[in-house]
Amino acid sequence: MVSIGFFIYFAFAIVVLSLLVVTRRNPVHSVLWMLLLFFHIAGVYLFLNAEFMAAIQVIVYAGGILVLFLFVVLLMNLREELSIGKYTTFGPTGFTFALGLFVAVSMALSSFIAAPPGKYSIDLIKQETHVKALGKLLYTEFIYPFEIASLILLVAMIGAIVLAKRRLKS
Amino acid sequence: MAVPLSWYMLLSLAVFSIGVFGFLSRRNIIIMLMSIELMLNGVNINLIALSHYIQDLRGQILAFFVIAVAAAEAAIGLAIVIAMFRNRATAHVDEIKEMQG
Repeated sequence: MVSIGFFIYFAFAIVVLSLLVVTRRNPVHSVLWMLLLFFHIAGVYLFLNAEFMAAIQVIVYAGGILVLFLFVVLLMNLREELSIGKYTTFGPTGFTFALGLFVAVSMALSSFIAAPPGKYSIDLIKQETHVKALGKLLYTEFIYPFEIASLILLVAMIGAIVLAKRRLKS
Repeated sequence: MAVPLSWYMLLSLAVFSIGVFGFLSRRNIIIMLMSIELMLNGVNINLIALSHYIQDLRGQILAFFVIAVAAAEAAIGLAIVIAMFRNRATAHVDEIKEMQG
């Protein structure tokens, strides 16, 4: 009963906060609501026995990506932003599309059949600790994708520097 | 009494749909990038909920890679936004029409 109460609070807060993120006129407010949203999502992860993912969510999203967004928001002309309309002419079309997507997929959800359970039961993870179980899997079975992820981050770093640097006068 | 899996799937679907709405309708390009992050977070909630209910850690590994790619995507996207500011001094997608799209 307690768990259902917690879930309802977190689900309600997450939906309301994501609506606030996409509908605020001031981008600084959007970024700050998104910070609160990421903390709530981390709470849901804790609720699902994924404490490492909750920590990653707070460190990478709230600590890294949002600071990046906040820096770029500082470049913007806020006075012009507050005087102009929020939505493009595609606004109603986008709303209809999103609503249709929600209705269609939620109707399809009722025919979902879960796969047979694997070996990582809650007791096994509790016994081995979550970080150790995840690390073992990541560094043995998924070592190749892990290396590719590091390559993607390197490409992103170099690409961001090349794109954002001032062009040299030749 | 535990929370049923379909509630988590509905929650992630709601977050994803709100992200789709924001991406398609907002004028500001930074909020469009934030909507992409919102969609990725919806997918992550779904992956981690399924990995908990199916008792398999692969969903969490996939969510881990999604977070890594989201960080790379945010860095590249914001670098493009900065380059655009330098050339056009605008952040509104309906004012960018150099490619005659």
